[in-house]
Amino acid sequence: MNTKELIVEKVKEKFGESVEEISDFRDDLCITIKKDQIINLGKFLKEDLELQFIMCKDVTAIDWATRKKRFTTVYHIYSLQLNYTLRLKSNIDDDPPTIETVSSVWKSANWYERETWDMYGIKFVNHPDLRRMYMPEGFEYHPLKKDFPVLGIPGSLPLPNKAE
Amino acid sequence: MDRIKQIYNDEKLLKKLQEDQNLTIEDVLENEMVINMGPQHPATHGVLRLVLRLDGETVVEIVPELGYLHRGYEKMAENMSYIEFIPHTDRLDYTGTMCNNVGYVLAVEKLAGIEAPKRAQYIRMIVSELSRIAAHLVAIGTFAMDVGAVTMVMWTFREREKVNSIFDRIAGARFTTSYTRIGGVASDIDDRSIAEIVQFLAELEPALVEMDKLVLSNRIFIDRLEGIGILPKEDAIALGVTGPNLRASGVEYDVRRAKPYLFYNEIDFKIPTFSQGDCLARYFQRGDEVRESIKILYQCLDKIPQGEVIANDPKKVLSHKTEIYSKMEELIHDFMIINFGINPPVGDTYFSVENPKGELGFYIVSNGSGQPWKLKIHSPSFCNLQAVSQLCKGAMFSDVVAIIGSLDPVMGEADK
Amino acid sequence: MGLEAVLQKDGFLTTTIDAIVAWSRKSSVWPMPMGISCCAIEMIAAADPKYDIARFGSEVMRFTPRQCDLMIVAGTVTYKMAQVVRRIYDQMPEPKWVIAMGACTSSGGMYRSYSVVQGIDQFLPVDVYTAGCPPRPENLLNALMTIQEKIGKTRARDFQNRSLAELEHSQN
Repeated sequence: MNTKELIVEKVKEKFGESVEEISDFRDDLCITIKKDQIINLGKFLKEDLELQFIMCKDVTAIDWATRKKRFTTVYHIYSLQLNYTLRLKSNIDDDPPTIETVSSVWKSANWYERETWDMYGIKFVNHPDLRRMYMPEGFEYHPLKKDFPVLGIPGSLPLPNKAE
Repeated sequence: MDRIKQIYNDEKLLKKLQEDQNLTIEDVLENEMVINMGPQHPATHGVLRLVLRLDGETVVEIVPELGYLHRGYEKMAENMSYIEFIPHTDRLDYTGTMCNNVGYVLAVEKLAGIEAPKRAQYIRMIVSELSRIAAHLVAIGTFAMDVGAVTMVMWTFREREKVNSIFDRIAGARFTTSYTRIGGVASDIDDRSIAEIVQFLAELEPALVEMDKLVLSNRIFIDRLEGIGILPKEDAIALGVTGPNLRASGVEYDVRRAKPYLFYNEIDFKIPTFSQGDCLARYFQRGDEVRESIKILYQCLDKIPQGEVIANDPKKVLSHKTEIYSKMEELIHDFMIINFGINPPVGDTYFSVENPKGELGFYIVSNGSGQPWKLKIHSPSFCNLQAVSQLCKGAMFSDVVAIIGSLDPVMGEADK
Repeated sequence: MGLEAVLQKDGFLTTTIDAIVAWSRKSSVWPMPMGISCCAIEMIAAADPKYDIARFGSEVMRFTPRQCDLMIVAGTVTYKMAQVVRRIYDQMPEPKWVIAMGACTSSGGMYRSYSVVQGIDQFLPVDVYTAGCPPRPENLLNALMTIQEKIGKTRARDFQNRSLAELEHSQN
């Protein structure tokens, strides 16, 4: 059986009831799972000897402005052994949005989660160092949310005075 | 010792120190120093701020701070159509610019289901490899300049100017070209450009030999780089480092081999790897990759077929200018594509290419309209900078400059 | 040329101090390259063997503000970076001039977003604006020549009538 079927079968076997959706658009496999099982799934995918998804490439989030489950966190993980990139998603419906951090499983997720906190306002529980990444520390908004205008809110960032 | 006696005998100074912060004299002389290697610095390759805690000359802890060049790419992408974003992708890795264009356009083509003709794919490969040579030349030149060999920057920029004039002839601009389009490339390359490329490659190989002779027999250069900033294989994978830094630590992962795009599966090239993982290995890695790129370019120039350079799909791909000006159908399609955008199907894709700095990936979420709902850029410099805290712990202060130079971050990409 | 020929003929030279000072200032403008993003690569290209900036007197590109008199701001300035650029401008000794290189510094460029300052003239006094994204090195050399013309017309009196409060602010 090929790689996709192998992954789907293994995941369904262990996490049958938490898996919400499995999709395959343009040849990319994507598994959506309930948000409290994300760490267990990550550990399983990393430590299983056939799969070995040891590299976490990216952690980000999508803001569906008008849906009830407003945010979805997206994880891209890669396995050197199978040479396959897998996408994991998990919907968040509480307000303010929180989810467990996966930086205990993959160390590289540290900075990606900081960037997601900065841009979307999703708090990662148990993160070792949750600070803003790009915007200055005192900034009050989260820029990539759909209710923040692209031109910014005037006065939210200070500018030095022009004095000749 | 005399200085300490002098301080002890100076009553006023002693009293001031003691009442200031309740310090004893031993505390003052043995405290650690917090130093700011600010955003504006000749050796930080752009606007990167490093806060270091030093114990004498040894670095105890280092914290990088980004965000000084955050221009809001991802937010802007949600408000403009796919084709309007192409000039923005140029400015991501601004040393090797054509690769970013190619990566973005390939991601959109994957999402929308368009395929570019064969000649366009070969042209894209040629300009990608030329950008890779240009970017590695900048990296090698500025790295050697940081370590002390200032002549290297002049020599590598002299070679890079030839690449710039080739791009000028092909695309009209020296480096931020926006040359690729969704469905192909903007215009064809003529025989004069191909002759210039062949001449450039012939002059590049002896120039590389000259540059190697300049620095590699220099005792100081080798001592400053050998054994510094060693990144072991498991740490490189765990921290998410990509590109030449990963290959210099022993992991043989190159997107052109793992998930071949364009026509890389028909070209014969090696992937150089080194196992030491120190700064010297990363320096050699980039030199070897330039040599491999020269081989790839010769093969592409041999194999390039004749044909169209833009796909024939009127609803999604812009047609030729002459037809837009003279025929009605094409005019209507042009109006729809420019104003409302191509409408790819609902869904999300991730596509990555091998940038000179590492793996550049685009994650596009589309809701069926002409503008993306979300565009995430997986930039290699952002991932490489995560390794700085681990690499610099325990190193000397002057090694920090060498390590950052060898990781080669580009802040336009890391800060998006 | 000029100076040596006159001196050989008569052995002395009559001119104004203003002319001599302006001539020596404009022939050795030391730029402070505030290279932030893509325009910085074109600035280094202006210093490379093909477009040599050293023949205009700008041989030395010191990265420390205390020794320079021209600041070339090259690259997009964000709000976070604006504080840093202003502080470095304040650290430069008088007289000083500013070149705004590229579209991003002149007016925000193609970045109409929440974090980019729409033109550095919102917090810095600019002398010459350069168009291009990025401007070609010849364009930067043209800007440098315009600055040299401007310096050539200055007089010592221009720098004398500054009020104390302004001087204090700019020297902090």
